[in-house]
This record gives sequence, structure tokens and C-alpha cells, in this order.
Amino acid sequence: MSGVSLPSIRSARRSNWFLWGGAVLLAFFAVLALFGPALAPYQPDAQDLFTLLQPPSSAHWLGTDEVGRDIASRIIVGTRSTLSIAFASVALAGAAGMALGLLAGYFGGVADRAILALLDVLLTIPSMVLAIAVVAVAGANVFGLTVAITISFIPSLARLVRARVLEVQAEDYVAAARGIGMSDLRVLLRHVLPNTTSVVVIELSLMAGQAVLIAAALGFLGLGVQPPRPEWGAMLGASRQNLEVAPFVAIGPGLAVSLLVLAFNLTGDGLRDWLDPTATS
Amino acid sequence: MLGVLAYRLGMMPLIIVAVVTILFIIFQFIPGDEATLVAGATATQSEIRQVRHQLGLDRPILVQYGVRLGELAHADLGYSPTFRGNPLPRILERVPATLLLTASAITLAVVAGVPAGLFAAFFVNGWPDFAISAAVVGLLAVPNFWLGMMLIALFAVQLHWLPSIGLNGPLTLIMPTVALAARLIALIGRITRGVVIEEMRKDYVRTARAKGLSDRVTLVRHVLPNALIPIVTVIGLQTGYLLGGSVVVERLFDWPGIGDLLLTAVGLRDYTLVQGITIIFVVGFLLINLAVELLYRLINPRLR
Repeated sequence: MSGVSLPSIRSARRSNWFLWGGAVLLAFFAVLALFGPALAPYQPDAQDLFTLLQPPSSAHWLGTDEVGRDIASRIIVGTRSTLSIAFASVALAGAAGMALGLLAGYFGGVADRAILALLDVLLTIPSMVLAIAVVAVAGANVFGLTVAITISFIPSLARLVRARVLEVQAEDYVAAARGIGMSDLRVLLRHVLPNTTSVVVIELSLMAGQAVLIAAALGFLGLGVQPPRPEWGAMLGASRQNLEVAPFVAIGPGLAVSLLVLAFNLTGDGLRDWLDPTATS
Repeated sequence: MLGVLAYRLGMMPLIIVAVVTILFIIFQFIPGDEATLVAGATATQSEIRQVRHQLGLDRPILVQYGVRLGELAHADLGYSPTFRGNPLPRILERVPATLLLTASAITLAVVAGVPAGLFAAFFVNGWPDFAISAAVVGLLAVPNFWLGMMLIALFAVQLHWLPSIGLNGPLTLIMPTVALAARLIALIGRITRGVVIEEMRKDYVRTARAKGLSDRVTLVRHVLPNALIPIVTVIGLQTGYLLGGSVVVERLFDWPGIGDLLLTAVGLRDYTLVQGITIIFVVGFLLINLAVELLYRLINPRLR
């Protein structure tokens, strides 16, 4: 989440497995997101009052929920909204974070101080609290969730980019580019920007996992995608009232969230080893 | 040390004013009229106008902003319709429960994470290392509230070992603490393992071994103190997660803290209360970070 890279748990030898494992899992979820409605064995909102809260069976692999809907189908169809929230918020936060970080790091001076002060203030608000406050304003829907998650991601990302820009600027090739008379904008776009991308890509794939977690948590709290649209967090929220009689209802959606977060985490860790072999992690 | 303390405490009011300003700007975009909400569903137009005047919502935005800052200087968070007045006392009475939850989560994370990391580092590339590393990857992917639900299903519903909701004795503390601490346990385990493996290659470790100390004594007496610094750093970096995560965990376990109150405020559309609680969270964040920084200076002789 922040600019400090933590030593992580694998040797370089294992890292390709992380990347491959993450990529395969992500591809699996991408297929579910793209073709979900066609792949689901049942209609996600088809209620069947004769099969309420049924445990997993050959007809319903993950069982049925409190109004008899097929849980597996709802998970498959719900992939799309979770994945689009994750991708949209990460893309928006990436663009805004890079713009702010490049501006602050490259031009320095007053711009740097002002942007840094703003980022530091935003960082004092815990991101889940900020997301809840923003959703309260922007509305509990896909748009509100995306805005909330984006806003809570921008500060740490911009700080990361700024730190990287400062590193790149100390490199000889930047001095050389300036020396031969390149304009600020050209140096920024041709030399500084490309050298920040690998750090950003790694961070964004880890943030995508965080986005999935925040979206699920807000859905669980009733502040996310609203029913009857199937969404993993909201499904978990609804399963809570039947936890005593039908705990299996909570297992499928929770596993789906965990696997998708795992996919993004593995991809991020694998990318870090691949793109940034000098990192101590 | 005192200089840092004074500087950080002196900056705190400035940061809070900045946070209030940002929240003020964000909340200007709320669709819907606060006066209508406060006056209630049966209010007439003139009653709504009267409430709007009482709340000061008919004044220019800059005046409202000035009034808000003025109130803040007197420890007044504004008019909360839910509590019919300044919500600060009602928020503060819920702070101890949240503090208890986060403090016990940090404690559990250290008590479980450090030994796990040491154990993995001691058997590096062996099966205990592999098992602990796999557990770390797993814990980082699992949502805290789902972990909490699974704990409830197992220990409260199936086994009847633990009470599932509320704050009522030490037993009720167990499951919320585990749910909140899981991510931090994994992060502390991971960093401990990494740092210990790195430190083991250093000269002072070779010296300790050369003078005849056993592996275990070297690890605990010489390596571990050096690993404390990054561990404290991780805790500092995760303060935001702990406070934010406590909101969801509190709701799941009906824990009477400020996170639970925040969600109630969102449900009631009491935006004064939402902003007030956010400010209290920021104060908590700043204080925990200050404590971490002081601890950091205490254990790192280079910064003394």
C-alpha cells in the first residue's frame, strides 16, 4: 500500500510460479466476467421457493440461498461487477496518481509542497473510512463504489510515483536529455514517465486486490451494489442472517473474493520479482 | 524526543483543520437537503425553512465553513440530528471499545506473527517455512469480515465455545480480534522472516556463533532486536487498515465502537455525525502513528 517495499516470502526461483498462478486465476475470472450470464447454470435471480437454503448438491453445486436462488450462478454472474469496479478504480487512481506524482516530483518547489501536503492529509483518513464517507455522498452503486475506492487509492499511489520520479531524475540520462536541450514536457514524457511505469504496474495489481476487498466489504455493509443484482459482498451480507442454519451459503462468495484477491496479489508479487529484480523483497 | 512530540502535537490541529476542509468540500456535493431530513417527513415548508435557519444552512457557504471551524475550536462537531446536538460526547463514549479491539489486534499480531516468522526463518526452505509462507499468502487474500463469519459459524454456532456478538467479557474479544488481526499477523510474519534471514548472513551473527552461542540463542538475543525496527514500521503502516478494518469487524460482531456508530450514521444520513466520526478516526490515526514513532526512536539507537 505504501512506498516501502516489504521483504516477501519467496525466492526468485519460485516467483515465476506466482506470476503464472496469478495470471491463470485472473484469466479464469476474466472468462467468468465476460461470459458469466451464458456460463451460469441458472438465472441468477430465479427464485425457487421449493429449494430454500439447500446444501450443495449435484443440481446446485454451492447450494441455494434464502429465496432459493442458485449460489454458484449468482457468483458467476456477479464476477463482472466486482472485476469492473476493481479495474475502473485502479485505472482511474493510476491516471490521477501518476499525474499528481509526476507533477510534484518533476517540478518540485511550491507544486511539490502543495501536492505533498494534500496527499499527507488525505493519508490520515483510513481508506475504508474515507470510502464509506464518499459512498454515503456519492451513492451506494457501482459508480459510487468506484469513486470511493479511487479517491482512497490516489494519495499513496501519487506518493509512490513522486518518490520514483525523484529517483529517476537523479539519473545521468535525464541530465543528458536536459543538456541537449529537450523541453521539460519531452523529458517528462520520454524519459521520466516510462521509468515509473513498472513501479506503478506492480502497485496497481496489488491495489486491485485491495479494491476487491473494499468493494466486498462495502457490499457486505449494504453500501455497495444493491440487490437484486448479484454481488459477492452483498451475498455475504445476506447470508449472515442464516449463518446458524445454513453456513454453506457464506462459503462460496467468500471463496470467490479470496481467490480473486489472491490472483491479484500473486500477479503483483510475481511482477515485482520480474520487473524489479533489484528490490530487496 | 520531546521535540518530535511537541512538533507532532502542534501539527495535529492544522491537519484536523485540513481534514475538516476536505470533508466540507466533499459533503457540499451531497444530493438531498439536510434541513428536510432533520425536520422530518411530516414537516411543512415553513417548518423546513425554520430548521434550515436554525442549522445555519441558509447562510453563504464560506460563512458556514467559518462557523464550522469556530465550533471546532470549541470542541463542537456541529448539530447532529440523531443526538440533537454536539455528537462529540456520544462518540467519545464509544472510543474505548474500538481502542480495546485495535490494541488487542496489534498485540495478537505481534505475539503470533513474530514467532511464526522466526520459525519460518529458522527452517528456511524447509516444510515449516513453506507452510507458514502459504498461510501468509492465504491470510492476505481473505476478507476480514468473511474470516469473522467463518469463525462465528465454527466456534459459536457449531461448537458453542464462544459468544458471537457484543462486548461482554474477555471471551467476546477473541473472534473480533482474530478477524481484525489476521492481515497484520501475516504481514508481521512475512517481514520477520525476511529480516531474520537477511540478518543471519551478517558478521555479528558469525561472531556470535564463533564464540560458541547456539543457533537459538543467537537468533533470540542478537537477531531479533534488529528485526524489531521493521516490525514496528509495518505496524505503523497498517494503522489505517486497522482503524478502517475495525469498522467492518465491529458491524459483524455488534461491537459497540465508533466504527459501528459510523455505519449507523451513514444509514441515518446524519452527515454531521459521519464527519465527526471521521475526524475522530483521523485523531486516532495521528495518535497511533505518534506512539509508533516514539517507540521507533526508543528501539532504534541511531535515532536517539
